[in-house]
Amino acid sequence: MEFLGLVNYALFMAIFIAIYALLALGLNIQWGFAGLFNAGIAGFFAVGAYTSAILTTEAVDGRIGGFDLHFVIGWIGAMIAAALVAWPIGKICLRFRSDYLAIASIGIAEIIRLVIKSEPALTNGARGIPGIPRPMSDIGYMESQVAYLIIVLAVLIAAYVLVERQFNAPWGRMMRAIRDNEDAAKAMGKDVEFRRLEAFIFGAALMGLGGALFAHFNRSITPEAIDPMVATFLVWIMLILGGSGNNRGAILGAAVVWIIWSVSEIATDRLPHEYAIQAKYIRLFLIGLMLQLVLRFRPEGLLPEPLRGDQRSAKGGADH
Amino acid sequence: MLELDQLVMDFSGFRAVNGCSFRVEEGSITGLIGPNGAGKTTLFNLIAGALQPTSGTIRFLGEDVTPLASHELFHKGLVRTFQIPHEFHKLTALENLMMVPPSQPGESLFSNWLSWGKVKSTEALVEKRAYETLEFLELSHIAHERAGNLSGGQKKLLELGRTMMTDAKLVLLDEPAAGVNRTLLRKLESKIELLNKERGYTFILIEHDMEMIEKLCDPVVCMAEGKVLIEGDFQTVRSNPQVLEAYLGETTGDAA
Repeated sequence: MEFLGLVNYALFMAIFIAIYALLALGLNIQWGFAGLFNAGIAGFFAVGAYTSAILTTEAVDGRIGGFDLHFVIGWIGAMIAAALVAWPIGKICLRFRSDYLAIASIGIAEIIRLVIKSEPALTNGARGIPGIPRPMSDIGYMESQVAYLIIVLAVLIAAYVLVERQFNAPWGRMMRAIRDNEDAAKAMGKDVEFRRLEAFIFGAALMGLGGALFAHFNRSITPEAIDPMVATFLVWIMLILGGSGNNRGAILGAAVVWIIWSVSEIATDRLPHEYAIQAKYIRLFLIGLMLQLVLRFRPEGLLPEPLRGDQRSAKGGADH
Repeated sequence: MLELDQLVMDFSGFRAVNGCSFRVEEGSITGLIGPNGAGKTTLFNLIAGALQPTSGTIRFLGEDVTPLASHELFHKGLVRTFQIPHEFHKLTALENLMMVPPSQPGESLFSNWLSWGKVKSTEALVEKRAYETLEFLELSHIAHERAGNLSGGQKKLLELGRTMMTDAKLVLLDEPAAGVNRTLLRKLESKIELLNKERGYTFILIEHDMEMIEKLCDPVVCMAEGKVLIEGDFQTVRSNPQVLEAYLGETTGDAA
């Protein structure tokens, strides 16, 4: 029993890490490669989660949908919806320089959260949407956990391959150039505003997908899940700790931070009741402390941004 | 090729360029000299579209390009370098050059999946050209260094290298010689001449190295206080009393 409990806990943790890794990859496109300080990850996460929930749940009176569609359609819909929401936001906000973009995006994520909380016809308000179907859920509890983990990992690997390939292509080189020096990139003929919008939408779509995976895993989504602490800042810490500009770093960061975050919860839960609630805040402190230490001693993260030209030039350089 | 008409640039009350007009003929190498703060670099920023003039017009190849942004001007064949090197610091020197060629197929999000063969063949050409440029600039050995780790002079050369990665019509060089060693400087001059004669690039050159100006530039435009002081061949400008007073000062005065 104890053993099964541990296995279950590990599965649970692995699924969460994979979902967070997806969010961190999305943020890596925006921050690591395009230099966009998006502090509104929770907003795109929420749009994805609710879109997929509305598309895949059974029809209910009093709110839009559900449409009872296949979960794959729900997940694709989540990406499209997050991208569509990102488009006007990016169009307006990407003109701001980095710190202003951060402020604007926090505000927009809050607006999205409040709309979700107060529009029962769309999102069932504060009670959230229950009964979101989970793929492969009819095969026993443990098996279905394993099956979901496999699905989530498959999605993560596909996203990783996609993003990694874009980054090694001329597109990625151009994005990194824009991040390094906007004025020079403009002078070299790159349409900086359009390219930033592209990266912003691309990243937001992955965040939306992450939201959808989360909603289907939990079988329900409520406004509480869109807490900026866990859906935005934790992702930022994951990326910075893992190494922004490095996709493997983003995934590693997600694993390290989530393990600390979730193990520390077990620890605080064992404390006597009168301390347990207060002790939860120590976890925030712990994460903050870790961020400070990383920034002080290893500002480029655990896995720094690689020199991209290298693999190819090792071959190409031989004849020069 | 390029006509500037009564350009004015105000920076919240400070007038950096004050009614500047001159023409640049196709195939020429125009030298732009003048004391610090004369408005030379601001004028470059206006021509290249990095700044919008308060008033006045810029015509390039017979077309009014005043409202165009810098990336649009680049596609019309107008390329510039920066006085303070603007390298892409986390990219390698090679990547710094490879990002320049316009409209590369691999720059579109989807072509990396839909037409990979075309992306790869273009990349091979771009890479070859980048290696050749590095070789010319004697930078081959640092091809895979991060550009941010290069010395000031090497960054300067990399700036020049970027202009060689595209088929430019008009190249604006902002102090290409500053911080570059003598032997390389002579090579740089010959490359500018070569690009001018063989590829038909037109240049505007901001420079404080009078030797380089004398060797390359005709005409020479001297600016002071945001205006054109005098325009003509090097000897005329050099011997002009106003230029001596405003810019070249005592040293040349002594020599003369």
